[in-house]
Amino acid sequence: MVELRPNDQALVNLGGIRKEVSIGLVDGVQLGDYVIVHVGHAIGTVDPEEARRTLALFAEMDHTP
Amino acid sequence: MKYIDEFRDGDLARQIGARIADEARPDRRYSFMEFCGGHTHAISRYGVLELLPSNVRMVHGPGCPVCVLPIGRIDLAIRLALERGAIVCTYGDTMRVPASDGLSLIKAKARGGDIRMVYSAADALAVARAHPEREVVFFAIGFETTTPPTALAIRQAQHEGLGNFSVLCCHVLTPSAITHILESPEVRQLGTVPIDGFIGPAHVSIVIGSSPYEHFAEEYRKPVVIAGFEPLDVMQAILMLVRQVNDGRAHVENEFTRAVTPEGNRKAQALVSAVFELRPSFEWRGLGEVPYSALKIREAFADFDAERRFALDYRSVPDNKACECGAILRGVKRPTDCKIFGTVCTPENPVGSCMVSSEGACAAHYTYGRFRDIPVVAAPVPATEEVTP
Amino acid sequence: MRTDIDQAAGGEAPAPRPVKKNYIRPLDIRRGRIDMGHGAGGKAAAQLIEELFLAAFDNPFLRQGDDGAVLALPAFDPAEGRLVMATDGHVVSPLFFPGGNVGCLAVHGTVNDVAMMGARPLYLSASFIIEEGFPLADLQRIVTSMAAAAREAGVPVVTGDTKVVEQGKGDGVFISTTGVGVLPAGVHISGRHARPGDVLLLSGTIGDHGVAVLSQRESLAFETAIESDTAALHTLVAAMLEAAPGAVRVLRDPTRGGLATTLNEVARQSGVGMLLREADIPVRPQVDAACELLGLDPLYVANEGKLIAVVAPEAAEALLATMRAHPLGADAARIGEVTADPHHFVQMATRFGGRRVVDWLSGEQLPRIC
Repeated sequence: MVELRPNDQALVNLGGIRKEVSIGLVDGVQLGDYVIVHVGHAIGTVDPEEARRTLALFAEMDHTP
Repeated sequence: MKYIDEFRDGDLARQIGARIADEARPDRRYSFMEFCGGHTHAISRYGVLELLPSNVRMVHGPGCPVCVLPIGRIDLAIRLALERGAIVCTYGDTMRVPASDGLSLIKAKARGGDIRMVYSAADALAVARAHPEREVVFFAIGFETTTPPTALAIRQAQHEGLGNFSVLCCHVLTPSAITHILESPEVRQLGTVPIDGFIGPAHVSIVIGSSPYEHFAEEYRKPVVIAGFEPLDVMQAILMLVRQVNDGRAHVENEFTRAVTPEGNRKAQALVSAVFELRPSFEWRGLGEVPYSALKIREAFADFDAERRFALDYRSVPDNKACECGAILRGVKRPTDCKIFGTVCTPENPVGSCMVSSEGACAAHYTYGRFRDIPVVAAPVPATEEVTP
Repeated sequence: MRTDIDQAAGGEAPAPRPVKKNYIRPLDIRRGRIDMGHGAGGKAAAQLIEELFLAAFDNPFLRQGDDGAVLALPAFDPAEGRLVMATDGHVVSPLFFPGGNVGCLAVHGTVNDVAMMGARPLYLSASFIIEEGFPLADLQRIVTSMAAAAREAGVPVVTGDTKVVEQGKGDGVFISTTGVGVLPAGVHISGRHARPGDVLLLSGTIGDHGVAVLSQRESLAFETAIESDTAALHTLVAAMLEAAPGAVRVLRDPTRGGLATTLNEVARQSGVGMLLREADIPVRPQVDAACELLGLDPLYVANEGKLIAVVAPEAAEALLATMRAHPLGADAARIGEVTADPHHFVQMATRFGGRRVVDWLSGEQLPRIC
């Protein structure tokens, strides 16, 4: 999220593309937060700590048959 | 693209694939149902099946809202446009679903119906504002992810006093669909459709949370792993399911921890229950009548209910006899089991809804996977070396 | 005003006064609009042609002022000589987009069609169907841009036509262009000529044009720096044909329907299959992001300044180097090979590690992108 706009709208940035979406369905979104967008609405935020943990899980080195 | 590219990494994919192959017991088959159109699409588009061992099989469930929309509902939308002169706004995929009398929304448009593709419910509101002299109907389909945006639009319409806006509500619920599959005779009989576990939907779970799935795990002793919609998420979820099956566990696990919490998006849920209520029964294409599986608009917002405003009368229409969408949606048959798959029924000329939406099992298989059905000959290497006698 | 030659009674006849033309107010480009009179073939039409079209396209052919153009073709052995003709209709919406407009798009499109046959484009015709009420200022912008594109490409517009339709029966302006060119001796390029083992070369990034046009559509409203890649490719083609004569088997520009559609067309025409490598297909990060946001696949998004070449494997390296040395081929890449496949599948090894079929586009994903 890069910019808050009136009427529960916000500007989001994905890889350089900027688009206005509705944030009417989420509470407490801050600038810099990552949101998940569906049909023009943000429906949830991405927790960076959990994201990191999930990626670490993918790369788990300790797999025993 | 952050939080997207990392979850599509090919090296990690191979590692997880190797782990699945290691841990899947060679003496048994594993059959998992994925329930989310986004997952069906991810599996096909990234070729996830190639990275799984042959005894791990994926079954596509009824997770595509366009696919489970019965013909009769589309007929209602078409009639609103052609007979009542309303501007009908709909999501893209709904446009091509074949309905009665050889029509579809896109064909009705060619006959003069004012049917417009929109990307969100908010777009439909904008159309209503721009055309105060016309009736504007938003054809609302989808599971729990698209329902909150529709609720938002209805509330906004009430707030603005938009007298020409209404919604044809065909929103359906995920847990009811899963129950229905688990209750179906084929599944209850041992050995017919052995579904060993479910991959829980991504977006839907962001909204409803992970706790609604506890019920299935307990009642039916089937593990559920909620997965994100990137291919690595799906693969990790499959690994987690294999482990649960091996250990004889049946719990709800969350792979998509970065976006899904046990309680979900409370704000969205509150909005939905303020605007909608449960229908006692609703017809799903391929599943028949399913109790408490769909929503209708509450009395308080009756002004915005297209069914009440236009006194619409729903008529059930049976599917084409040759179409196996019903069985495919229930996971009983595969696309290739349908006699008309790829011959009469193709994405260009769809007979049933599984072929229309890119998330439908048949369309996904046709577009991305049908090469596996037919042996493909490798290119002969052009001879460059001299043959020494 | 009339003029009379004074007839003096006796004495010297005075020098005749020059004939004054009837006064015609010049076109009001700034505020004027096309009306039905402009299409009626009378004075208003003539004025539109002279002050707007001829002024922009001006060349010796058009100055003749005839219904058709008399063209000299370069000398060639009639037994060997072959003419190439191609035609296009341009209905892109919106008419103006980042990086171009319907005018230069029209010129590039037809020049490219001729060039994809391996021919040297020589002449263009342009026909305009304009909607009543269309602002002259916009028309001039389009025509000026077209003329500039034609001049830059070295391919003049030698004949044309204009018609006007009632308001509501058109979409601003539709442009139809036809081009002719000559095929050098020994050049045989066709979609039928791909053979198993041949190499697939792509001249640059895909999806730019489609994304640029979509970014202007109100319903989508996203901001991006992506511009259309619209360009004339004939000099790139000429360089390639010179670098490796006989080695270029197929040339196509992947316009509507994108790379995927074009490759499927060639696969079917030649009766072969193809295997692509996703990791080798160049896509700008912003185009990737836009497609992600809109739920599109870059493989199916239109391009207007790129070409795909199917070439003999032994010449692939040299041709790739030639392409990269040309300004329009800086990002050229080798993206796959032709295979023997009776089912004509175009397959792709995904970045993820699995394989998928890259099928024909089904249905209308992006209306009026070209």
